[in-house]
Amino acid sequence: MIKVDNLHKYFGRLEVLKGVNTEIKAGEVVVILGPSGSGKSTLLRCLNLLEKPTSGKIWVDGQEVTHPKVNIYKVREEIGMVFQQFNLYPHLTVLKNIALAPIKVRQKSKEEADSIALQLLDRVGLSEKALSYPRQLSGGQQQRVAIARAMAMQPKVMLFDEPTSALDPEMISEVLNVMKDLASEGITMVCVTHEMGFAREVADRVLFIDGGVIVEEGRPSEIFNNPKSERTQLFLSKIL
Amino acid sequence: MLWSNFPYLLKGAVVSLQVTVFSIIFGIILGLFVALGRLSGARIIRFVCAAFVEFIRGTPLLVQIYIVYFALPQLGVQLDPIPAGVLAIGINSGAYNSEIFRGGIQSIDKGQTEAARSQGMTYWQTMRYVILPQALRRIIPPLGNEFVTLIKDSSLVSIMSVHELTFRAKLVAARTYNYFTMYIGTAIIYFIMTFITSKLLGLLERRLRISD
Repeated sequence: MIKVDNLHKYFGRLEVLKGVNTEIKAGEVVVILGPSGSGKSTLLRCLNLLEKPTSGKIWVDGQEVTHPKVNIYKVREEIGMVFQQFNLYPHLTVLKNIALAPIKVRQKSKEEADSIALQLLDRVGLSEKALSYPRQLSGGQQQRVAIARAMAMQPKVMLFDEPTSALDPEMISEVLNVMKDLASEGITMVCVTHEMGFAREVADRVLFIDGGVIVEEGRPSEIFNNPKSERTQLFLSKIL
Repeated sequence: MLWSNFPYLLKGAVVSLQVTVFSIIFGIILGLFVALGRLSGARIIRFVCAAFVEFIRGTPLLVQIYIVYFALPQLGVQLDPIPAGVLAIGINSGAYNSEIFRGGIQSIDKGQTEAARSQGMTYWQTMRYVILPQALRRIIPPLGNEFVTLIKDSSLVSIMSVHELTFRAKLVAARTYNYFTMYIGTAIIYFIMTFITSKLLGLLERRLRISD
């Protein structure tokens, strides 16, 4: 589903990604771990071209998205993204937040988009909030709406950029539960997170990134119980 | 004295408002495009727009009106007084508006653009459905001040013999020698127009704040 080949990314002179290679299969749930500044969010943001890779190639669903002639809007339609700060549209109701892109980008009718939105709201347990505005919701509720908004485009891949990092502790589980629900549906997920419980329980594979490269990758049980690299051991010893 | 000429002056006030309204509309459209130009990724567009704003803000409106009305005809572009006035004032206002728009657009969190883009929206869709509706709420108060300024600036088109308020006051005053009454009266009419406008804008601002 996703293939990354020798990806490099510079911010000015700072090299944040120093040759990342990986492949993610359809339906796989991949968690990216790593210390702050390791480049994990940058890697994620390169996948939907919110950051432009300096060099290297990325394929999503068979299409080379780093090709100079690619229609990057079409690419992004197929890749949902959930942000740390939710980034809901504050001037729109919850329902319109979810229905906006399906209507404007996917050219769906308002009725169809609304019905998709309502189904998704039901799924994230927020049906009664359809006509509320984002500011009237708690952080956890906002993030669940943001997940519904991303899912409304019926993407092939979902990217999560530290989706629970801005949440109060008591709201983390409600968001993780929605993510677990998605994972069980078989959607391809790439998730930057510090939630080790989620990684252990849900991930098919964990990538440990440090210093702009993938230091180690494997099944969560291998990475957590038997990390091979010293850097991984050091990182895990600090957070577990 | 003032009363007998009042209907005549009032017709002039209507012309003043017409010039103002057309200038505002033109200035808003121009201002939006210049603002987007200044936020553009292309350096040359940024430069041209910035130069335009600096030049317009750094030269008197009166001279700009002279250029449009008296200098352009020598290049073969002949405009009637009112369109010339609207063009000159609109361009002038557009330069100031562009700074207001730019500030409003830049004040919207970058995450909004990223969210919209991540859903496949184009630049224009992002602007139209996500950024501008939010920026507008922050733009309206300073834009309102610009409206009020334009009502006053519209008096400058009197130099092209447009029969608006100031020009009519001048005619009556010259005929009757009653300068004091005519110009004080005219000032009061301008004040009433600007005062009502700012009160209406204040009302609009409060309503927007409530719905915020």
